[in-house]
Amino acid sequence: MGEKLIVTPSPHIKSPRTVKGVMLGVVISLLPACVGAVVLFGMNALLILITSVVSAVVAEALWQRATKQEITVGDFSAVITGLLLAMTLPPGVPLYVPAVGSVFAIVIAKQIFGGLGSNFVNPALAGRAFVLAAWPMSVAGAWLNPLTHDAVSSPTPLAVLKGGGTNIPGLWDLLIGNRTGSLGETSIILLLLGGLFLLVTKIIDWRTPVGFLGTLFVGTWVFGKPGALFQGDGLSAILLGGAVLGAFFMATDYVTSPVTPKGRLIFGIGAGLVTLLIRLWGGYPEGVTYGILFMNLMTPIIDRFVVPKYYGYEHDARARKSAEGKR
Amino acid sequence: MVNLKRGSGGIAVPEKKELSSSAKIVDAGLPNELVLFLSQHTGAPASALVKAGDSVKRGQLVASAQGAVSAAVHAPTSGKVKAVEDRYHPVQGRLCQAIVLEPDGLNELDESLRPRASAVEDITKEDLVALAREIGLVGLGGAAFPTAVKLTPPPNRPIDTYLLNGIECEPYLTADDRIMVEEPHDVAFGFRALMKSAGVKRGIVCIEDNKPEAIEAMREAIKPFGELELAVVPTRYPRGGEKQLIQVVLGREVPPPPGLPLDVGVIVSNVGTAYAMAQAVRKGLPLVERIVTVTGEGVKTPCNFRSLIGTPVSYLIELAGGFSGPVGKVIMGGPMMGVSLKDLNAPIVKGTSGLVVLQRGQIKREKVLPCIKCGRCVEACPMGLLPVWIAACSDSGYLEDAEKYRAMDCIECGCCAYECPSKRPLVQSIKLAKNRITAKRRALAAKK
Repeated sequence: MGEKLIVTPSPHIKSPRTVKGVMLGVVISLLPACVGAVVLFGMNALLILITSVVSAVVAEALWQRATKQEITVGDFSAVITGLLLAMTLPPGVPLYVPAVGSVFAIVIAKQIFGGLGSNFVNPALAGRAFVLAAWPMSVAGAWLNPLTHDAVSSPTPLAVLKGGGTNIPGLWDLLIGNRTGSLGETSIILLLLGGLFLLVTKIIDWRTPVGFLGTLFVGTWVFGKPGALFQGDGLSAILLGGAVLGAFFMATDYVTSPVTPKGRLIFGIGAGLVTLLIRLWGGYPEGVTYGILFMNLMTPIIDRFVVPKYYGYEHDARARKSAEGKR
Repeated sequence: MVNLKRGSGGIAVPEKKELSSSAKIVDAGLPNELVLFLSQHTGAPASALVKAGDSVKRGQLVASAQGAVSAAVHAPTSGKVKAVEDRYHPVQGRLCQAIVLEPDGLNELDESLRPRASAVEDITKEDLVALAREIGLVGLGGAAFPTAVKLTPPPNRPIDTYLLNGIECEPYLTADDRIMVEEPHDVAFGFRALMKSAGVKRGIVCIEDNKPEAIEAMREAIKPFGELELAVVPTRYPRGGEKQLIQVVLGREVPPPPGLPLDVGVIVSNVGTAYAMAQAVRKGLPLVERIVTVTGEGVKTPCNFRSLIGTPVSYLIELAGGFSGPVGKVIMGGPMMGVSLKDLNAPIVKGTSGLVVLQRGQIKREKVLPCIKCGRCVEACPMGLLPVWIAACSDSGYLEDAEKYRAMDCIECGCCAYECPSKRPLVQSIKLAKNRITAKRRALAAKK
C-alpha cells in the first residue's frame, strides 16, 4: 500500500456552501426585481443597472490589479454591490451617477478597508449616500412615471405622505410597483419573492427583515399620524420607499451586520427605529439608507456585548450568585 | 421513554451510515503483526512488563497501568514479542513506545483468565471496579478515558444517572449500531455491571433515531430491568458528545472546564465499553478486541470487524476488499473528529471506532477565503461559543481575548469548520489557541 495519502486536520467533510454560492444566491434573488424595474421604467433602468454593475466590477478589478492583489471579482460580491446601488437610484438619473457611485462603493467603502469581509459599512449604501450628497437634485428628483416613462416633477408617494398629503396609489399598485420611486424598490411582490428565496435557502436570517419592517410598521402605526396615537398607516410605511429592499437585501449583508441571531434582531429593530425617526421627524422623506448605515456602525458594539449563553453558563451564574450571597 | 430536553447548536450532516449499517460483525482474524501502544488512553502511559523474545498468551497482561489515570494493556493473542520499540502513533502523531507482537496462530488463552460471574447480582461492586481496572477498560467511544476512574467518583459527588451512549453521531460509523443490534443482551448486561460498580440506580440507554433496528433490539433487551430506560434522540451532530448528550437527555449542563459530568451527577459510557465489560465479567476477557467499522466510498466492501487491538490499518482495509479506486484520505475515527493517517502500517488502538476511506475525488482542495461574518459557525456551535471571534483572536495572536471568548470550552467537534462558507480552518485556529493558553498556564503554574 504505497498510496500517497492526503493528510489534513479535521473535519474531513465540509458543507457544500461556498462564498461564491451565497453571493450567487443573492444575485439570483435580486433578478426578479431588476427585471421588474426594466419592465416598469424601461431602457433607462436597464442602462443604470448595467452601468452600475460594470463600474463596480471594473473598479474592483482595477484596484486589485493596481495594488497587486489577487483579482476576486469572480466571487460576485461586486456584482451585488453594483445591483444594489442601481436599485436605490431614481430611473431618470444620468449614467455618471451610478458609475461614480459604484467606484466610491467599491474603492472607498470596501477595498480601502481590506476588501471582502473587512468593510464596516454596506458598500452600496455608502455609494448611495455619496451620490446623494454629490448630486442631490438628480438622486432625489429624477423620477419617471412607470410604464409611460415620462419624467415627473411631482414628489414620490413617500414625500407626499411626508408633506401631509393623502393622495397615494392604491394597495395593488404599491404591490406591483406602479408608482414613482427608485428603480429597484417599487415592485414589492418581486422583492418579496427574492427575499423568500433568501430565507428558504437559509442565506439570510429572518430576524433582520422582520425586526426592521416590524419596527417600522408598529412605529408608524403608533406615531405616524401627527397629533393622534395609534392611527398611522403602518402598511404604507413598509410598501412606500425602500424599506423592503433595504430590510431583505441590505440590512442582511453579512459583513456589516452582527454574527449572532439576537444581534441581528437588534440590528433590524435599530435600523427600523432610525428609519422611523428620519421619516417622521427628520428632514428627508426617506430614512432607510441612514437607518442601515447607522446600524452598520453599531455592529461592532452589538457584537461586543451580545454574546450567546455558552454551555454551562447557568453553573457559572449560580456560582457567582452564591459568592455574592456570602459576601 | 425519557422525555427529551432542548439541545443547542449542532448541524445536520450527511449520515452515510447505509454503507455499512447492515454489514454483520465479522472476525478480522490474525494479522502478521500486532502493535500495542503503551499509551492508547487518556492519562499516563502503561509500563511494559515484557521484552523482546518473550512468549505471551491471549489476555496476558503485558503492560501495567501507571498512576491513578492510566490503563493496563494485554496481549490480544498468543505469540512472541518481537520488540518493544518506538512506533508512529496514529492519534498522537508522534513516535510512542509500543510492544510489537508476532502471533503464533494458536490463539492460546492465558491461564489466569476466568469467568467472574454469570449474573450481575453475583459479583460485588468492589470486584467490578477492580475488574474494570484489571482489564484495562477505557471509553471505547473515542476519547479512551480509563473507565475505572469514572466508576469511582469522589464521595462529595453523588451520581444519580448513568447514560449509555449509543448515539454514534459521527457520519459513516456503525460499530455501536451493530453491537446493539447483534449483542443487545450483552450490552445491557455490561451496562448493569457498570451501573452497579458506580453505585448508580438509574440507567438510560441513548440512541439516535436513525438506528431503528438498534432501538428495537435494546428496547427488548432492557425490558426485564426496571432500572433501565430508553431515550431515542433526534439525529443531529454532535449529540453523541458527552456534554451534548447530558444536555439533551437530562436538561443538565456540565460546568465549564475543568467541570466533569460527575459534577452534575452523571456518568456516560459508550455501548462498546459496556459490551467489553460484559465480556470481562462473563469470560474474564480483558480489553483486547473491539468493533471497528471499515467504510467509506474508498473501500470496496464496507464492513464491521471484530478486530484485535493493534491490528494494522492496511490489514483491515485489505480485508474490506481494498481501495475502490484512487484513495484520498484514510481517517481513523469519524470524518468530523477523526485523524487522517499518513501511514497505513499504523495499528488501531482501543479508541478506534472506525476507519473511513475517502476517494481522491471526494477531497476538494478549497481556497481559504476571508471571513465574511455570516455567523453560521455561531449558530452551529453546540457549546454556545463564537468560533468566528476565537479563531480571529487566535490567528492574530490575541491569546487573552481568545481565552475571554472561552476558547478552552471548545470540544473540537468541527461543526463551525464544516459550516464555514469561506472554508476557514476554524478548529485548527481554536486548537492552536487552546494549546498556547495551556502552555501559558503551565508556565505560570511552574513559576509559582
